Amino acid sequence: MGTLQAIPLNHYIFLSVILFSIGVMGVLLRRNAIIIFMCIELMLNAVNLLMVAFSAHHGDGAGQVFVFFIMAVAAAEVAVGLSILIMMHRNTNTTDVGFLNKLKF
Amino acid sequence: MTQYVFYFLSFLAILSALMVVFSKNPIHSVLYLVLTFFAIAGHYLLLNAQFLAVVHIVVYAGAIMVLFLYVLMLLNLNVDAEPVKKNWVKFAGVLSGGLLMLTLVATFHKAETMPLIQDNPEIGVTANLGKILFGEFALPFEISSVLLLSAMIGAIMLSKKEVKK
Repeated sequence: MGTLQAIPLNHYIFLSVILFSIGVMGVLLRRNAIIIFMCIELMLNAVNLLMVAFSAHHGDGAGQVFVFFIMAVAAAEVAVGLSILIMMHRNTNTTDVGFLNKLKF
Repeated sequence: MTQYVFYFLSFLAILSALMVVFSKNPIHSVLYLVLTFFAIAGHYLLLNAQFLAVVHIVVYAGAIMVLFLYVLMLLNLNVDAEPVKKNWVKFAGVLSGGLLMLTLVATFHKAETMPLIQDNPEIGVTANLGKILFGEFALPFEISSVLLLSAMIGAIMLSKKEVKK
């Protein structure tokens, strides 16, 4: 038995694309490192949403388990990233990524 | 009925995602991001992924966003101290983000419109996901525990004050 949802799969794709592009736009626009982190989270969530949609479409639970792993990786990434940010704030007194230009070629 | 909920949640997610990027105060950005996460959790519920919806709220809205807020308060960044970018840089950012969106939308535009058929609505319940997680994906599960442990150690090592010699 297949439950037919009224929403086409394409709409999930478009929603994810829009959310992902907003994330990319945020990374390009903002200079505050915390906001850049949040935009990366936004991109991860767009991908997660698409993964769940396709998992539901194909009736395969592996996609949802994969989303679970992505969440674990995101949690680890945020913990390490925010501690790097605290180090950066301790050294330069700002969270502006424009000050991190020592590695610039 | 489902349709209206879907479009309402999509609208909410996109609007609050835009507000994350464009609000001046970082605290407001965090709060709008929490709103986005709740909208995405609603989408998971619509897709019959109940377990993931709950885990999403617990992990993202409960843990990650609290961490963000904590760091914001700790660094006292609630006043906006961000220098304004030049106008052409802003324009280039919006333009390249929009171009990416245009490319992806144009790519998927021609894709065949198929309705989302849920063959097995029971796929997202905890018992089913647990069987997959601890059967097929047992090794990645263990490896992710090592990843979380190393992230914890790394976070402590990084944020520790350096000992003066």
